[in-house]
Amino acid sequence: MGAYILKRLLSAIPVLFGVTIIVFVIMALIPGDPATAILGSYATPENVAKLNADLGLDKPLVQRYFIWLGNMLKGDFGTSFSLNRPVIDEVSERFNATLILAGTSFVLCSVLGIVAGMISAARQYGLADKAITFVVLIGISVPSFFLGMMMILFFAVKLRWLPASGMYAVWGGGDLPNLLRHLILPASALAVVATGVIARLSRSAMLEVLRQDFIRTARAKGVREGRVLRRHALRAAMVSIIPVLGIQAGFVLSGAVYIEIVFQWPGVGRMLVDAILTRDILLVQGGVVLVATCYVLFNIIVDVAQSLLDPRIKA
Amino acid sequence: MKSFLVSLSRNQLASFGGVLLLLVVTLALLTPFLGLPSPDVTNTANRFLPVGSEAHILGTDHLGRDLLSRLLWGTRLSLAVGAGAAIGAAVIGSAIGIVAGYFGGRTDNLIMRGVDMLMAFPYILLALAIVAALGSGLINALIAVAAVNIPFFARNIRGITVGLAHREFVEAARLSGMSRTRIILTEILPNVAPVIIVAMSTTVGWMILETAGLSFLGLGSQPPQADLGSMLGEARAALITHPHVSIVPGVMIFIIVMGVNLLGDGVRDALDPRLASGALTRPRPATLVRRDKPAPETTDDSAALAVAQLETRFEIGPRVYEAVNGVSFSIREGEALGLVGESGSGKSVTALSIMGLVASSPGVITGGSVKVDGTELIGAPYEVLRSLRGRRVAYIFQDPLSTLHPLHRVGDQLIEAIRSHRSISNAEGRKRAIELLEAVRIPNAKSRIDVFPHEMSGGMRQRVAIAMALANEPEVIIADEPTTALDVTVQAQILALLDDLRRERGVSILFITHDFGVVSQLCGRVAVMYAGNIVEEGPTDEVLNQPAHPYTRRLIACVPELGGGQREMQAIPGLPPIVSDLPKGCAFAARCDRANEACLAGRPQPVAKDGRAVRCFRPEISSLAQEAM
Repeated sequence: MGAYILKRLLSAIPVLFGVTIIVFVIMALIPGDPATAILGSYATPENVAKLNADLGLDKPLVQRYFIWLGNMLKGDFGTSFSLNRPVIDEVSERFNATLILAGTSFVLCSVLGIVAGMISAARQYGLADKAITFVVLIGISVPSFFLGMMMILFFAVKLRWLPASGMYAVWGGGDLPNLLRHLILPASALAVVATGVIARLSRSAMLEVLRQDFIRTARAKGVREGRVLRRHALRAAMVSIIPVLGIQAGFVLSGAVYIEIVFQWPGVGRMLVDAILTRDILLVQGGVVLVATCYVLFNIIVDVAQSLLDPRIKA
Repeated sequence: MKSFLVSLSRNQLASFGGVLLLLVVTLALLTPFLGLPSPDVTNTANRFLPVGSEAHILGTDHLGRDLLSRLLWGTRLSLAVGAGAAIGAAVIGSAIGIVAGYFGGRTDNLIMRGVDMLMAFPYILLALAIVAALGSGLINALIAVAAVNIPFFARNIRGITVGLAHREFVEAARLSGMSRTRIILTEILPNVAPVIIVAMSTTVGWMILETAGLSFLGLGSQPPQADLGSMLGEARAALITHPHVSIVPGVMIFIIVMGVNLLGDGVRDALDPRLASGALTRPRPATLVRRDKPAPETTDDSAALAVAQLETRFEIGPRVYEAVNGVSFSIREGEALGLVGESGSGKSVTALSIMGLVASSPGVITGGSVKVDGTELIGAPYEVLRSLRGRRVAYIFQDPLSTLHPLHRVGDQLIEAIRSHRSISNAEGRKRAIELLEAVRIPNAKSRIDVFPHEMSGGMRQRVAIAMALANEPEVIIADEPTTALDVTVQAQILALLDDLRRERGVSILFITHDFGVVSQLCGRVAVMYAGNIVEEGPTDEVLNQPAHPYTRRLIACVPELGGGQREMQAIPGLPPIVSDLPKGCAFAARCDRANEACLAGRPQPVAKDGRAVRCFRPEISSLAQEAM
């Protein structure tokens, strides 16, 4: 097992390398001069040239890439000009907030999705199956940002049950119940689409597995039906569900950008959108590389979980 | 193509989605001719008019612009941008996929590594990075969304192209000297085009949603031009005071995406014939019983297992396959009965019907009686059936690799078999499981108990399956071709094992096989099945030496004899009848060399004498022939 984890970690290195190249190349495509963007169009040519030299922008592209990469490996992601603070500080602080939101959502959609899919398969063509299928269809068709807005309208404004925003106020030193109150609406809105996708997949994976010979064997042994579903069918279905959980984690992370805007959540998605609008390149670069790195590492965890679940995967 | 459209139109949900989309697209196309007010004319005096206002059916937004007009123009824009992104992603992604798949080798490797790297991003990061580089704007948002989806197409199309690249017709084109470009355009492309179109139809909704999302963030369409996403984004500021301005574009996005999803699902289902035949239905815990006649009287209540007039059929759509058509037999304690027949004769379905293990749907038991030690099983409540399964009647199936659970250790599967019927501790279960493994002569049982099925050889796996069947000391073991997947020496060991069980523990065995040689080693009596009926039954050596039914005789003639020298092997001409369309007369008559008019006119009933029974008008033994008259 240790060897397998090491192998997967090593295989992530070229991927991460590629990620930095892609980000760097995309950013290098930006027309115009970053120094002018920072200083504004009224800056004197001398100031622009000086800033370019300070930022190392007068050097050739390839050299710039390696300087940037080397600095990142040392933990230096540069300084955000719009916030005037180190990129790494800003991103890691924001990423914590995103992790709380997306993590909660991910747990929510995984559990709800798998349970719903399992019930749906166990009661195929029954009332529960039809109800779940209908709700899932609506769930996967609603844009998460629209759903978030409607949730604010209903739960925060009309019923006054939960706050619509204000995470910023909590962030300084809020207690856990307060954090949870702020978390419920955005985490649920973010989880809906992924829940639907996971429920659908779990249903069809369960149906596929229930036709297998080993299910008939379990029944022939006299195993109770509930146990057949949980221990035999679900266990085997998880082999095809887990990779999809990994993919959905990426979608949850992506959807968090919208949800953070709608609920004014102080996460990395909001930060990225603001950085793009202010053209704060170093902040965008740093944010994208860090989030992508975490995502790659998360996928390694998914692979390891998969190999723990399926003994046939050779370590 | 036609059958595809027919099956698509039969799908009500897909049709509903299609109609919904058609409506939206038609509205979007007609927008310029509807005489609506301009979507961009502001009138701050009339801002935030509610839905149903005069001259503004859907009201107005924060600048007093007509919402209906903005909605329709916005829909038009969103649809166009979404479709544009889909086409862009499909063309570029498919081109990359075809090149990678067709050329293979290093080209393929290099391209697919790049694709993998693009997929290492959560998609929005890539889209945001692209928009950051190109600047905000609808076209840039389109490019970003298309770019993000290129890897999806590249991967799918590459997979299909790899499969096509070495097919005969492509090889032929290559040998005939066609250029690579021409082969790709004339041989590969037409074959992958349908897949590209399906992939597009299932992703276009997603792309509409994504471009709307970027516009919602303010990175897509710029004011005053509005697509559905930017309408929603602008309306957000007034969400609480004037919710209708948000709800109108939001609901439209919802309708479009739902329409595409429904249609896409329908397209996928129509292309996947497994769904059409109902094969994806989940088998019930026990076979459905729909018995319209009273249960027949079984003559032999002393038997360990008595089956009488058993009827099992498969109902697939309008067709009915009568797989088991009135089968009767009984097995006494310590007796082994061989059930022999060709594939499809109904042997396995008979065996599975006994414990209600035929997959339902499509399987239905429509008549008959099964008694284990006097307890009726057909129509018995599930809990009764379950408590007998594995405890008094146990199964051994053909292929132990697919019949053992691949993800559970063999020991756990054994312990589960025990604990399903007895409340003992896990430790006791483990002790008993080791004993069972030793009983079926698995060496090093103490360590083998913790391995997974895929880590064992075929013979060892089948021993585990037998140990599992023995777990609760059943009276009856049903072995459904347990040695077919094994080589001959292992087969002999397994047969010896079963024979010991029968003699030492008095287990009754129903042994299903198509192999007479195996039957003669293990079974005192044999029953021969043909087209859902038992056509002959009797003591094994008598049946083998002097078959009464012409079918049995022909079947035995097919068996090669070791050391029997050169002998003419005679295949039986023709094929067994399809059980959905059985003839009026004897089912074997069409292939029988003894058949006459009587055989074609009516079905023979079984006749019995001196422990032999046959279902034939013209049996080959004269004493039985007299009975049949």
